Amino acid sequence: MNDQTPTATERAEKLQGLGCARKRVEDARFTQGKGNYVDDIKMPGMLFGDFVRSPYAHARVISVDKEAALALPGVVAVLTAADLEPLNLHWMPTLAGDKQMVLAVGKVLFQGQEVAFVVAEDRYIAADAVELVEVEYEELPVVVDPFKALDPDAPVLREDIADQKEGAHGPRRHPNHIFTWEQGDEAATNAVLAGADVVAEAMIQYHRCHPCPLETCGCVASMDKINGKLTVWGTFQAPHAVRTIASLISGIAEHNIRIVSPDIGGGFGNKVGVYPGYICSIVASIVTGVPVKWVEDRIENLTATAFARDYWMQGKIAATRDGKITALWCHTTADHGGFDACADPTKFPAGFMNICTGSYDIPVAWLSVDGVYTNKAPGGVAYRCSFRVTEASYFIERMIDILAIKLDMDPVELRLKNFIRADQFPYHSALGWEYDSGDYHTAMEKVLKAVDYDGLRREQAERLAAFKRGETRKLMGIGVSHFTEIVGAGPVKNCDILGLGMFDSCAIRIHPTGSVTARLGTISQGQGHATTFAQILASEIGIPADSITVEEGDTDTAPYGLGTYGSRSTPVAGAAAAMAGRKIRAKAQMIAAWMLEVHDDDLEWDVDRFAVKGAPERFKTMTEIAFAAYNQAVPGLEPGLEAVSYYDPPNMTYPFGAYVSVLDIDVDTGEVEIRRFYALDDCGTRINPMIIEGQVHGGLTEAVAIVLGQEIAYDEDGNVTTGTLMDFFLPTAVEAPHYETDHTTTPSPHHPIGAKGVGESPNVGGVSCLSNAVNDAFRAFGHVHAQMPHDHWRIWKIAEGLGLHG
Amino acid sequence: MIPAPFEYHRPASLAEATGLLAELGEDAHVLAGGHSLIPMMKLRLAAPEHLIDLQDIAELKGIARTDGEGGGEIVIGAMTTQHELIASDELARAVPLIREAALQIADPQVRYLGTIGGNVANGDPGNDMPGLMQCLDAAFELDGPNGRRRVAAREFYRSAYVTAREDGEILSRIRIPLPAPGHGFAYEKLKRKIGDYATAAAAVLLTVSGGRCGSASVALTNLADTPVFAADAGAALAGSDLGAAAVDAAVAAALAAIDPAADNRGPVAFKQHVAGVMLRRAIARATERATERAAEQTV
Repeated sequence: MNDQTPTATERAEKLQGLGCARKRVEDARFTQGKGNYVDDIKMPGMLFGDFVRSPYAHARVISVDKEAALALPGVVAVLTAADLEPLNLHWMPTLAGDKQMVLAVGKVLFQGQEVAFVVAEDRYIAADAVELVEVEYEELPVVVDPFKALDPDAPVLREDIADQKEGAHGPRRHPNHIFTWEQGDEAATNAVLAGADVVAEAMIQYHRCHPCPLETCGCVASMDKINGKLTVWGTFQAPHAVRTIASLISGIAEHNIRIVSPDIGGGFGNKVGVYPGYICSIVASIVTGVPVKWVEDRIENLTATAFARDYWMQGKIAATRDGKITALWCHTTADHGGFDACADPTKFPAGFMNICTGSYDIPVAWLSVDGVYTNKAPGGVAYRCSFRVTEASYFIERMIDILAIKLDMDPVELRLKNFIRADQFPYHSALGWEYDSGDYHTAMEKVLKAVDYDGLRREQAERLAAFKRGETRKLMGIGVSHFTEIVGAGPVKNCDILGLGMFDSCAIRIHPTGSVTARLGTISQGQGHATTFAQILASEIGIPADSITVEEGDTDTAPYGLGTYGSRSTPVAGAAAAMAGRKIRAKAQMIAAWMLEVHDDDLEWDVDRFAVKGAPERFKTMTEIAFAAYNQAVPGLEPGLEAVSYYDPPNMTYPFGAYVSVLDIDVDTGEVEIRRFYALDDCGTRINPMIIEGQVHGGLTEAVAIVLGQEIAYDEDGNVTTGTLMDFFLPTAVEAPHYETDHTTTPSPHHPIGAKGVGESPNVGGVSCLSNAVNDAFRAFGHVHAQMPHDHWRIWKIAEGLGLHG
Repeated sequence: MIPAPFEYHRPASLAEATGLLAELGEDAHVLAGGHSLIPMMKLRLAAPEHLIDLQDIAELKGIARTDGEGGGEIVIGAMTTQHELIASDELARAVPLIREAALQIADPQVRYLGTIGGNVANGDPGNDMPGLMQCLDAAFELDGPNGRRRVAAREFYRSAYVTAREDGEILSRIRIPLPAPGHGFAYEKLKRKIGDYATAAAAVLLTVSGGRCGSASVALTNLADTPVFAADAGAALAGSDLGAAAVDAAVAAALAAIDPAADNRGPVAFKQHVAGVMLRRAIARATERATERAAEQTV
């Protein structure tokens, strides 16, 4: 019985805990087409909803004639704002403290806005009926430029709040102005700028993008009129928050609402918000008494659900002549579309844009952000990044490269000179954050060595000489970025969404035979939580990951949590899992002590068991302890072995990374070939290296897309010109380059297992790295900065402007 | 993304198909591979009441070579898929330009279904095959109520989606005269990503003998509302030494023949520029190939 073989190492390996490249348990179903997504849900008598949408970006809705649609056999109902008004559901609150029309109330503010909701017996009838709803519009002048939106004589978009001087985030100075958010020390920053040796200035635009998850948004709402319970299956990244919001706006008691997120085919921030489709489906199910399904198509997803970015960042950066940065100034004009539906913590109307001092020790800084209404779709979500962090990181990483040009310095040298040093952590930034840990020099230097940075620069110089001799038409660009993320929102003291604190949770139930069910307040959309959370628990409670089932997404069973976005799952729910595991272990220790007839303090934890100190042959495994918890009457202890933890993080975590990319640009066609991409990520303690690598590849591929052409573009009339995957760039395996990944490990000092989160880092760091490389390719010709996306014709335009076409 | 209601027909012979087309009139639309029409129907930009699916018509399939007097030809059934074009060794030997271009169309999944007949008959200026067929001087056979007739590819396209095909006719076969043995060829296409239409593309077919160009043919894709057969460009190359002056003249002639429109792929100036770049590359590669093949034949 007391055989100590296998060894502790062998036993630890068997657990497949922290650090194990365990295969994803989810993939068995996904790779066999056995996932269960919203659109797989079929219920008896289920009806289908479809929207009549506005073809205009700005128009008054004169009338909506439903007669012809209602006359079509199989059409059950056509809802308009007039039908929702008696229920007070024609408007809904947004996550940003604004309100949004559920169905057009008197006017429309963006192309694709929801005007009427058709409910029919099948999808085909619904689509036919949509064509039969006759809407009379009166076109209004369109505003697509956020700067022109603030002109004194600009058309007033939001007539409902035109006279409201105070918004959710302070004073409004124009009917199209949403908020001004200011951080840092304006006077001190301006003083440094005025007396600086060198000041570099630029307008950095981060164009409007879209997360474009492969599965679009949708839901099935089912009101059971017998028991009064509403169940909604949907593509929700935050099911508990959706339940609370649904209760608040519908008046249905929260215990009578069940929100379920089944398998989700990617979210990337697009599925955080609440959309009119959800509200209309719920109302339609309440009215008809049968389940109602709504699933949007690709065009609807791209044109009407939440976009990302759309920031215009005016920057000034000051430095001494030898390259020591002395101040940073930024004014951002944020295009929010027709409604402010940003998914940020409520007290942060521009998210964590104030992480824009990046990885650098900048003594003084100033940031102001003006949110503006335009005739575009609402949104402003964190597209695979923490709230506005990609914007902030792109801004500072471009500004550093631009400053390097002004100083005639290598951009790497400038970075190394200004990095926050390892001995400065915890570091207090000029814009108010406390960076938990980091070692930027080590990471950067490791990457420079791996890619032979000096050799690359020599090769670039040779290529340039060959180009000038007319031997090649390709220029070589080298991009460097060093990003600092801020993830894991967040401490309840300053992070909430509509008043809901951004803690997260884990509930663990150990079954008598030593297997485990763990439930969390998060929801995987492809991140592999069922794999990685089981690994955290395996290491904490000594039970093999294969014996642990992780469940998420059902509000009837999971503990309350704020969901998955902003790389918060591991920093917050992962911490809750570790803390709940430690509660399990504490009780297990008492049970083991009683079983071994020793004092609690005489035991020590040994991988998967408690053993008597100095007598390792006397032990009880967690399997034995689990059974004892259910069949022994341990004096002073309740039976069973369960624990729950609600974890309120003391701080954010700050993952970082150093990236280098090398690309060849054909100056005649604008084609870009990424020939090397080296990504070093430091996400603190690493849970599953294989999943990390997969996450990095995915995030980098999104970065490639964003930089090289992914864009939600509007013409001057507010028409979306990139509403299908023909024009909206979604890379395939053909366009994705080869990636080399690497890591350093700097644990978070405040996280229970030292983990920081990684899923979004590659998007944050990848965008600036690639954009820097494109701009770098033309540096030798006096080029400073070109706005993204760097698609063929825009790159050609850079070359044309520099006279490279002869 | 749900099409309007329609009736579906699946005739087993060409005669049955043309009969259906005559009977159903302008409410009917012929369906080949469906990769242009079905997306249009899903967007409700097209709403035919009847779809006549040609996939069961065996006589519309296949690739055959005939070697007659005055030069042979290749005859391709309209329902032959892009994949089948790529897989045909016969075609690769006789008209390698087709495989080269077909490999640049969309992606493998589309090519398994997309057909050459649909591609040339639809009249979409973004399609690759129309320009290619003009370059090869192909002829299209049209079957209709009044029997069969032939129209040269170079005469077929009127404007976007408007062709010489009459409403009651079905484009049934494509006849391509065999290019001279040892000819040089190239299809150069700039596109934003896999699956995209060309930003600009150029097809070149030429022969080289004793360091001089014998004949040359040039066509361009997606640079006007029809494919562009640039006869003057070909003429500028034919008889020349294919040197810089001749190439410049050919490019100038081609650029004079195109009329690109601005879209998400770029402004007009960019398209004109890359049209020239694609054509230069195509001429260079075709010349290189013709020179190599001429050298091989000499050996």
